[in-house]
Amino acid sequence: MSPNMVNKVYQQHSNALPGPDDITREVLSNGMIVLSRSNFNSPTLSIKGYLHSGSLCDPDEKLGLSYLTAHGLMTGTEEHDLQSLYNEIESVGAQLGFSSGTLTTSFSAHCLSEDLELILGLIAESLRKPTFPEKEFNRQKNQVLTALAIRAQDTSAMAALLFDQMIYHDHPFERPEEGFVNTVQMLERDDLVDFYHRTYGPNQMVISIVGALEPARAVESVRSVFEDWQNKNQETLPEVPEMLPLQKTSQKSISIPGKFQADIVMGSLGPHRLSPDYQALRLGNNILGEFGMMGRLGESVREKRGLAYYAYSSLSATKGPGAWEMIAGVNPANTKKTIRLIREDIKKFVSEPVTAQELEDTKSYFLGRMPLSLESNSGVAISLLNLEHFDLGLNYFLDYPQQIQAISAEEILHASQKYLDPDRLAIAVAGP
Amino acid sequence: MTRSTHYYKLPNGLTVHLKEIHTAPIISNWMWYRVGSRNEIPGITGISHWVEHMQFKGTEKFPAGYLDREVSRFGGVLNAMTHLDWTTYFETLPAHVFEIGLEAEADRMMKSPFNKREVNRERTVIISEREGNENEPLFLLGEAIQMAAFSEHPYRYEVIGLKEDLKTMTRDDLYQHYQRYYQPGNAVLSIAGDFDITSMMEKIENNFSEIPPDVEFQTAIPEDPPLEVEKRVTVSGPGETSYVQIGYRAPSASNRDFFTLTVLDSLLTGPSSLNMFGSGGTSNKTSRLYRALVESEISVSCHGSLQATKDPYLYSIYLTVHPEHTPEEVLKAVDDEISYVLDSPVAQKEIERAVKQAKALFAYSSENISNQAFWLGYTEMFDTYDWFENYIDHLSEITPEDVLDVARSYLNPDNRVVGFYIPEQG
Repeated sequence: MSPNMVNKVYQQHSNALPGPDDITREVLSNGMIVLSRSNFNSPTLSIKGYLHSGSLCDPDEKLGLSYLTAHGLMTGTEEHDLQSLYNEIESVGAQLGFSSGTLTTSFSAHCLSEDLELILGLIAESLRKPTFPEKEFNRQKNQVLTALAIRAQDTSAMAALLFDQMIYHDHPFERPEEGFVNTVQMLERDDLVDFYHRTYGPNQMVISIVGALEPARAVESVRSVFEDWQNKNQETLPEVPEMLPLQKTSQKSISIPGKFQADIVMGSLGPHRLSPDYQALRLGNNILGEFGMMGRLGESVREKRGLAYYAYSSLSATKGPGAWEMIAGVNPANTKKTIRLIREDIKKFVSEPVTAQELEDTKSYFLGRMPLSLESNSGVAISLLNLEHFDLGLNYFLDYPQQIQAISAEEILHASQKYLDPDRLAIAVAGP
Repeated sequence: MTRSTHYYKLPNGLTVHLKEIHTAPIISNWMWYRVGSRNEIPGITGISHWVEHMQFKGTEKFPAGYLDREVSRFGGVLNAMTHLDWTTYFETLPAHVFEIGLEAEADRMMKSPFNKREVNRERTVIISEREGNENEPLFLLGEAIQMAAFSEHPYRYEVIGLKEDLKTMTRDDLYQHYQRYYQPGNAVLSIAGDFDITSMMEKIENNFSEIPPDVEFQTAIPEDPPLEVEKRVTVSGPGETSYVQIGYRAPSASNRDFFTLTVLDSLLTGPSSLNMFGSGGTSNKTSRLYRALVESEISVSCHGSLQATKDPYLYSIYLTVHPEHTPEEVLKAVDDEISYVLDSPVAQKEIERAVKQAKALFAYSSENISNQAFWLGYTEMFDTYDWFENYIDHLSEITPEDVLDVARSYLNPDNRVVGFYIPEQG
């Protein structure tokens, strides 16, 4: 079937895709944004959201502060201690958790729709009235320290960390949100309290509720627990600096003795999410290391030579410089050979346009995937948050096929050449 | 989850299980075979999983890469998994093109060539997969526990197989295994999604009816005697974190005790999601072991795992040891909690809570079409679909006395293997 045909089918089912007719968007008087969409297929809800606080605000010597603050929200509030809070949630089979990234602190919950008010109430309570009990703080700090000890043994996590340090040298994105052992050890309970008061607040906070409910109920429920929340002291997140691309290829390794497999992460900076190159690069990345059995990389490293169980590429784009990574897990004896193969693939990829067949296939893939990614409530809830976070507009899903169809092989080539250069790569390896 | 399903058999023995769901223009198609590590013997451990890999190498009709490419072209998802009792292949696709998956499954049921060169190329891929697993302390510990927990039954081996077997198995071993187990009478086709049953039955008839019925074969799976005494295993390796895994011999999924043990697991380590796809699950901070061990900082985390299997397998409890404590101290704290369960009946209210949790987890699973198709076939691998439909009812019937009885039968030290992972840098 041709992409045109796929396009037609896509249009026929476009009523299943979120659009301005069925997404409710409401801005509360305190600056909070509520998004909602109904889906009565199962009696469940997905509730997700974020606010503008993150590890970008962490001082270097206290990296991990934002992470521990987010994880500390549910350890005690003015109304519940940890056990009674989780008892409310677990007794109804619901789930609620907070986490922190570089630019946002987010939450995610799912529950039966009959429990909306309960769970929303607990989200509001955790965000508005956390007490950060000392005893829970100490326990949590120890849990993070153990997680960091486990991370130090994880070849894929360590290769990824090293890669970030290479492409984002001296840029805030080189720092892992969870911090390092020495920075987490520096943290005191009062740091969390201070961080909370400085960076948490409702201004431009977004909440998305999708599932078996009328959007009006979603908006009213959010209003009743959040609209009187204010924080006049809430700081604005610092601007994300730009980053210059690498000038030459460099390779670094971390030795983790006793391991059986080495992990390779190589690549370079990627685009900003709102870059005009983004969609072309997304298609290009799919051809390079995703499509079918991990694209061209899967074909050359796994299928043709049997060197690895996984060899793929990944493009991550956010606000600020993104990353374009090629990833493989190999026997340590094959590390050099695999790096050489991936480099050859990159070289070819930026030297000649993708074939007409590849282009057609990848377009079909992205058009066909949309209904699948929007199948579950959580899939829709995430998509709504992305629309808001990147200001994509409520028509995004409806306009999407045209955007994808318009991309040419030359555009992919030119965009890729801007970011990927086989002579300017960061290569990170972690293994025995 | 109460929509009716359609269940029947083709004359060649293929079991078909269908469910119409019209919430999204998607169809999920699953082909199940009753073969997994349960059907392996020393010398060919890991063979079922390797056969699964070979099923992606193409046939005369659909050459290598065809299925990956076609499914991807329409934004679909495909994959395969091999487990203790089963191997499954699935494709979830936009409804109008779903037949791509159906045709390929019919074709590769008996027509994969198992080319020798491809077999050898895949050998290094699978060894690489195993080496990735070997990087994980809990894989190494789990493998040692399985080996100690079973002396005869093939559950003794990890699904991926022993490295020495992966190095020596031949193309003919693999092809023989494939021919033996990939037959319509040993398979279940489960499909859920946006179709109508009558036309789907026609499509299935067109694709599968010409496959010849089974050549009979017999499989004798050796049984394992009860453990009788506690066993201990210690694995050491890199890192600075210690882990404890306690594996109790557990009932098979069709045994009524299995449901009671599910409730017990929920009380001890928190409710486990039955879903393999999509959302599900809840935290476990109010569970007994979390409170006794994690809150008191003896361990850093804990969770439980009870798997629905055809033969009795293991109920495992996993704990990450707090850096200031020892695995022995963790074990003692677990035993204190378990002896509490053995001594005093749990409150009816606690059971009711576990049932409410299970109901919520079930509701989440109905959000996702792939998950529903999964259940239509999965339950056939160890019992029947009734198992799934009656699951909540079975849980609801459980009394505090049942919980006490099952705890006494299964959670005693003579019925378990205790494993410690001791870091070399610790």
